[in-house]
Amino acid sequence: MKFGLKIFALFLAVFGGGLIVLPGQMANAEGQGFNGSSVLAGVLPDIPKGKGDSCIAPTDFMRRNHMNLLSHDRDETVHFGNRQVKASLKECVTCHAVNGIDNTPITVEDPKHFCRACHDYVAVKIDCFECHASRPGETLKSSRDKALKENEALAAYAKGADE
Amino acid sequence: MSGCDKSNCGCVNTNPTDLLSSSRRNFLGGAAAVATLTLAPGITITAFGGSAKASGHHARWGLLVDVNKCKKDCNACVTACSTEHGWEDTGHPLTDAQWIRKVTLKDKKSGFEQSLPVMCQHCAEPPCVDVCPTAASFRRDDGIVLVDKHLCIGCRYCIMACPYQARSFIHEPLMDQKEYSPRGKGTVESCNLCVHRVDVGGTPACVEACSATGNGAMLFGNLNDPDSEISKRIAEYPSTQIRADLGLDPGVRYENL
Ligand code: SF4
Ligand code: SF4
Repeated sequence: MKFGLKIFALFLAVFGGGLIVLPGQMANAEGQGFNGSSVLAGVLPDIPKGKGDSCIAPTDFMRRNHMNLLSHDRDETVHFGNRQVKASLKECVTCHAVNGIDNTPITVEDPKHFCRACHDYVAVKIDCFECHASRPGETLKSSRDKALKENEALAAYAKGADE
Repeated sequence: MSGCDKSNCGCVNTNPTDLLSSSRRNFLGGAAAVATLTLAPGITITAFGGSAKASGHHARWGLLVDVNKCKKDCNACVTACSTEHGWEDTGHPLTDAQWIRKVTLKDKKSGFEQSLPVMCQHCAEPPCVDVCPTAASFRRDDGIVLVDKHLCIGCRYCIMACPYQARSFIHEPLMDQKEYSPRGKGTVESCNLCVHRVDVGGTPACVEACSATGNGAMLFGNLNDPDSEISKRIAEYPSTQIRADLGLDPGVRYENL
């Protein structure tokens, strides 16, 4: 039964957007993810809310078209040097950063990552993060510095043990 | 809703009902747009390319290295590049990426030694672009030679074609890349002339680091603008390209070599 419900929910999530309006999907329009529906809680993915009031386009449009916007604007940037494009992966990971237990944004290695929440659910592999950073740059710098410091401390400790 | 508000872009739309076919058409349309831009120079690239626009010339970015000013024991440009783009020496010289390196030349008779930085020479006739089967390796309108990693299949043909051994292949998965310098396993990379800085009117990291040391051996600028500092220096003093005999017309030139 639960399996059947999941298939049905998947069908709705992928194809049903414009046809049938569920309570959960009405909540989507306000950018809340699927969480609004109590019936389907736990069945549908738990999508973290982004920063700010809204994305660059309405949520239902972004759900279906984010990849097209991104691939259009990536050619603009890579080939024509336009750095002021509207759809930028850098912006995605900044607004949609999810903090982990250490209160710094998590990488795509964590299943709670914004992109993964949905992509895992619909079983679509994300290639973006094989090259692109999956969390904002500033964190990256601070976590790198932290790691470097830890390494140094460890090295000093190891050296001390040696002597 | 259309994802694009540019009149000269050539893309069709981002209509959800037309996903695959439209992305293919976008791609072809994009290629047509490149041709248009080449026919009418100065439209798009110069609009984003900082000083080139002001000078009214179609930019060709280049570097000039004064080898006499480059100190043998200085590695500032290499370190700056590595920090800027996140590639590093992990102790595996055969597989580590290297965008820029210091090369020492020694005259066997006199023992005279010179040290100079060598990176992608941003050829005007780049063999790496000629051989690439997917058009991933390409030359921008402003002369910067890049790999579009979205298209690169990792065949490494370009690595073999480059006479300056400027390109590297990424063998291991990477995490936490620099947000402005995406790099990933299975693709080829090389010096991109710090395109993320150049696009907003900046200077490459190596040049900045070099002048910070006080050596001031590197100069960045627009080779097509006769009033730029780099063009004036080239017009006034002798400079050369490495292996100029190959006829690739590199955008990186050397003085006192
Ligand atoms: S130096 Fe090598 S990688 Fe750079 S443009 Fe020339 S052939 Fe291509
Ligand atoms: S490795 Fe990538 S950039 Fe180089 S020739 Fe092959 S596809 Fe082109």
